Amino acid sequence: MTLEILSASPMLSVQDAGRRGLRGMGVSASGPMDPPALALANALCANPADAAALEFAAFGGQVRTDAPVRFAVTGGMCDIRIADRILAPDESHWLHPDETLTLGALRGASWGYFAVAGGIDTPPVLGSRSTHLRFALGGLDGRRLGAGDRLPIGAAFGDTLLRLAVPVPARRFADPVRILPGPQDGSFSDDVLARLTTSPFTVTDRRDRMAFVLDGPDLPARHGHDDSERHGHDYPARHGHDIVSDGTMPGAIQVPGTGKPMVLMAECQTTGGYPKIATVISADLARLAQMPVGTTVRFATMTRDAAEDAARIAHAARAALIASLTPKADRTLSSEYLLSCDLVGGFHDPEAVTGGPA
Amino acid sequence: MTPVFRACGERAVTVEFGDTIDPDVNDAVIRLGAALDAAPFDGMVETVPTYRSLLIVYDPLVVRGRAVERQVADRLSGEGPAPAPPRRWRIPVHYGGAAALDLENLADEKGMTPDALIALHSGADYRVYMIGFAPGFAYLGGVPERLHTPRLTTPRQHVPAGAIGLGGQQASINSVAGPSGWRFIGQTPVRAFDPRRADPVLFRAGDRIAFYPVSADEAAQAAIPEPEAAP
Repeated sequence: MTLEILSASPMLSVQDAGRRGLRGMGVSASGPMDPPALALANALCANPADAAALEFAAFGGQVRTDAPVRFAVTGGMCDIRIADRILAPDESHWLHPDETLTLGALRGASWGYFAVAGGIDTPPVLGSRSTHLRFALGGLDGRRLGAGDRLPIGAAFGDTLLRLAVPVPARRFADPVRILPGPQDGSFSDDVLARLTTSPFTVTDRRDRMAFVLDGPDLPARHGHDDSERHGHDYPARHGHDIVSDGTMPGAIQVPGTGKPMVLMAECQTTGGYPKIATVISADLARLAQMPVGTTVRFATMTRDAAEDAARIAHAARAALIASLTPKADRTLSSEYLLSCDLVGGFHDPEAVTGGPA
Repeated sequence: MTPVFRACGERAVTVEFGDTIDPDVNDAVIRLGAALDAAPFDGMVETVPTYRSLLIVYDPLVVRGRAVERQVADRLSGEGPAPAPPRRWRIPVHYGGAAALDLENLADEKGMTPDALIALHSGADYRVYMIGFAPGFAYLGGVPERLHTPRLTTPRQHVPAGAIGLGGQQASINSVAGPSGWRFIGQTPVRAFDPRRADPVLFRAGDRIAFYPVSADEAAQAAIPEPEAAP
């Protein structure tokens, strides 16, 4: 079975849960910008958690298949259509060979996920199908997808359409993004450290799968900076915005000589020579990744113990959400389900009303 | 220096052995990394040795950071297994051709002939301090002082894989094609990174490397080298 891309978002790529254990070789995890959203898309298609799906930014594009396939779109509100039927995100639907599926604009989110039952079955590279765009690994020839690309689809489990028992709670972008100080908070004065949690920052359009640049107050390091370091291809030096390179993780807030913080994301380098003033906790990184350009970000410090608790809570919530998946009503609708549909937001599912294609 | 633990969020911790580039510090990093890799604690995901610190990634659903630090501290104070002896590589380099973008101008800057520069570069012993920045990219220390060189203000957009570079007091064997502000004096047919190979990454921290000059023809026929145990 094959998925054909008819038109594509400029940022459409194959992603699974990512590579693991290769940072020591210089290969970062890659994988989804919003791991919970990818996990939900897979679960809605009864896929294993490590199945590959498509990740897109802003909008998806148009696709078709050569055989009937179940699919789901997650990540946020998305304009999903088959001909003139409008379909809801966060539940699975059928796509038939005579149909064209349009994955339109995301609203109030930056990254969408399109999973098909059986998963995208491109060959794994270094243990994962995730596309690492910077180094052209995985996915389809390590690159973004475009019109005319054809992707193999794996064998699906079952044939049941699924939905959530209750809608995914909307992401609360106004809540503070929680951080742990360090590892190089010592490179900054108390004044500058205070600035990080008392001043608002803004998500800028200078962002990709490697890093997000935030606008906001200047965060100068203690001993000035060396402009030669700003190109990222670091060599060691020991002052201000240059540190002797050490390991980096997604979520690290590194501050180059510009003084503008840069939050490392899924495809970040494995090592870096900029001081990392703080690190976004993993429970909040996907929410930051999903913030549209212009969103105001406020950071709040927490302890490592509390961050670990937050990781456990987030994991339990994700597991509960996936455990709550339930078969879609066949031709009849409960009032509970109708209430769960975002009718006010203009997203409902006529397919659920009619029972969908036979 | 007593190793310092620094949290990198709630799923990684850095064990910092120093803040300088020093073979002894780097050895301590490599020793701890090897000990943990040989006998990982519950919840350990991976370790990343760098110049002067070891990044330890773990799963916070399995183990808490406090427990990680306690277990790592025990390893530091205990007698670890003897680390594997460093490996020694001899890497053929064609000093010339399309990738030798800076051979002539760098020799000019240094007031030496290209041949003298080649002799200096291929006469030195290099140490792999860490793999980072890109898949399989080895940061090499041990560059003769006369070859220390500032990087370009504007990086080049495309430098091929295998290019032999100098940047600051470091040397490199570029593992993948890409932009770089380093200066390049030749090219090796040896691929430091090849995802199709059983060992995708050739070098690891602690390895020793020596370069030897070959002609373009010899470079075209070179096989994947085998490392030897260093004396």
